[in-house]
Amino acid sequence: MTRDELDEIASREIEARGSRRHHLHVCVAASCLSSRSDQVKKALEDEIERLDMAHQCRVTGVGCLGLCKEGPLVAVEPAGLMYHGVAPDDAHAVAASLGSVAVERLLLPSDLPFFERQRKVALENSGRVDPERIEDYIARGGYAALIDALTTMTPPGVVEQVMRSGLRGRGGGGYPTGLKWSTVAKASSPRKFVICNGDEGDPGAFMDRSVLESDPHRVVEGMALAGYAVGASEGYIYVRAEYPLAVERLRKAIKQAERLGLLGTAISGTTFSFKIEVRLGAGAFVCGEETALIASIEGDRGTPRPRPPYPAEVGLWGYPTLINNVETFASVAPIVRNGGNWYAAIGTRKSKGTKVFALAGRVANTGLIEVPMGITLREIVFDIGGGIPDGRQFKAVQTGGPSGGCLPEQFLDMPVEYESLAEAGSMMGSGGMIVMDDTSCMVDVARFFMEFCMTESCGKCVPCRVGTVQMHDLLSRITEGRATLADLALLEELCDVVQHTSLCGLGQTAPNPVVSTLRYFRDEYMAHIVDQRCPAGVCRMPQAREVTA
Amino acid sequence: MAGSRERPSPAARDNRWKLVETTLRRHGHRAHSLIEALHAAQEAYGYLDTDVLGRLAGDLRLPLSKVYGVATFYNFFSLEPQGEHSCVICTGTACYIKGAGAIMAALEADGLKAGETSADGQVSVLTARCFGSCGLAPAAVMDGDVLGRLTPDDVLGRVRQWRTHDA
Repeated sequence: MTRDELDEIASREIEARGSRRHHLHVCVAASCLSSRSDQVKKALEDEIERLDMAHQCRVTGVGCLGLCKEGPLVAVEPAGLMYHGVAPDDAHAVAASLGSVAVERLLLPSDLPFFERQRKVALENSGRVDPERIEDYIARGGYAALIDALTTMTPPGVVEQVMRSGLRGRGGGGYPTGLKWSTVAKASSPRKFVICNGDEGDPGAFMDRSVLESDPHRVVEGMALAGYAVGASEGYIYVRAEYPLAVERLRKAIKQAERLGLLGTAISGTTFSFKIEVRLGAGAFVCGEETALIASIEGDRGTPRPRPPYPAEVGLWGYPTLINNVETFASVAPIVRNGGNWYAAIGTRKSKGTKVFALAGRVANTGLIEVPMGITLREIVFDIGGGIPDGRQFKAVQTGGPSGGCLPEQFLDMPVEYESLAEAGSMMGSGGMIVMDDTSCMVDVARFFMEFCMTESCGKCVPCRVGTVQMHDLLSRITEGRATLADLALLEELCDVVQHTSLCGLGQTAPNPVVSTLRYFRDEYMAHIVDQRCPAGVCRMPQAREVTA
Repeated sequence: MAGSRERPSPAARDNRWKLVETTLRRHGHRAHSLIEALHAAQEAYGYLDTDVLGRLAGDLRLPLSKVYGVATFYNFFSLEPQGEHSCVICTGTACYIKGAGAIMAALEADGLKAGETSADGQVSVLTARCFGSCGLAPAAVMDGDVLGRLTPDDVLGRVRQWRTHDA
């Protein structure tokens, strides 16, 4: 496949599209699908057929349109309208309105801050391309970055652009991506690997899922670019088995890319070869840790090993291995296409570019958002998220999942950056953002996360295996109103020990939800211990039980 | 496995083994394909019994202890037969904040515990750490359908329907 051939596919696709006046994009990502958007799509197709409009309107199933709460969503292009809560029965109204007055009762206001405040890079195609058609991706400029890089850039040149972009690991660690790439590129080895970490285990996070379901080719292209840049010809994508739709679309995307010669041997007439295999995860949170993930791809129990050596030097089967997360790879093609400086112009001094967040919990607009780094938490929760529903009070926003922390109101005006979040006692994490209101008990939230870490601890090192159980036990005692102040002191001591002596990130960060809630909501702990009272009314206290009995 | 809780006949087993073998062949019967093979076996048989684990060990030339170790390490693999119907409750953070606990409690009050199959073999209740459908919280997957914004009554209603219909 040459650039000319690619352009020809693109122009053929654009021509085919241009011959129709209207396009209906029906969201068929997981969330809308579960509110039966497949039936909506079918009904629209039937209706278009019935009205004999097929020559002027095409119905396309697309990936996530973002505002999951309002699904099923249907976007009307090029009119730029978005319909929400569409039912199969609405098909006639929608089809009949094409080219005339929009269906008022289904229409979402076009100036919703939910859409206006976002900036899409990794998700630029999400909701715009049919994730099951490579031609659609190519028509939006897809694979041009890969072919141009292969034919006009050197591998160090590609690394240089990624370096310049300032992109940092979107899996949560925030390690500079360009630096990682150059380490693997410099390693001399007959064999190297590229791994895409799609083991999105954080409860409350669904960014990777949406990217893989909405725009799988984007990830494939990013991995191939990485392969070229670091000198690897084999790639693996490790995806959770709990995401069957993502796995299916990814497999289809890889097949399509192989068929067009965008994966395989001698890509675009160059000496570069690259193939990608999908590996299924099997439900172990610890496999998000890179050395555990490697063990899992090797067919083993997913237990981590000490680092160094880092996978960049000794990785899969002992060879130098580049591991990046789904969102990181999804950001690569636009960086190569537009240049690193373009990306670096977005965001703040130390955190460049955009970040995808899965906004959920007690917030009006739940869904998938992509925002420029440096945006404040208040803008995310109250402008994009639409604030707290049911007239309740904002209490905290949780980022970083079981490794992160809960930030109270005083941090709402803090810019979202790797450093600022870490200083406040939370972390960027992979992008789960859960909003909590006054109906959440922060001690119980800490217990919830500790239960998660306790169950997910792989058992290899003692501090994590035993420490999480002990901490969970202490937190349970507090939530049951059976704890003393000595228990609290012991809990704090254990936090310190587990943080500093665990082998991998799971154990080292497991105490974070406890530490951050102790820091900002200590009064709630004290209320449980001293007064045997749960201020949020979540925990069942001994006396409370007597009263209700 | 059509919900049968009896031991399948050897012939039926072999038919299903063919599906597993396709996966094994694709990976050249190499030891590192163990997890892929376990996925294929669970897909074919519904769960992983000792015979299947032993056969995989033999085929991949791995000690049975290793195969057992890997199969039990990952939550996704089940060593017990599952009920006719499955109800997987999401216990991720968003679902927890929005009341997944009440759903679990309601099921438990009805005699259905997480990780267990009802005595009549009709329903298996499982929990999952987040399906990534947080916008729909609280969510559950009931017989393969992702359902969102559930109340305890929604879930109980469907479960009770399964149990009376098929009884």
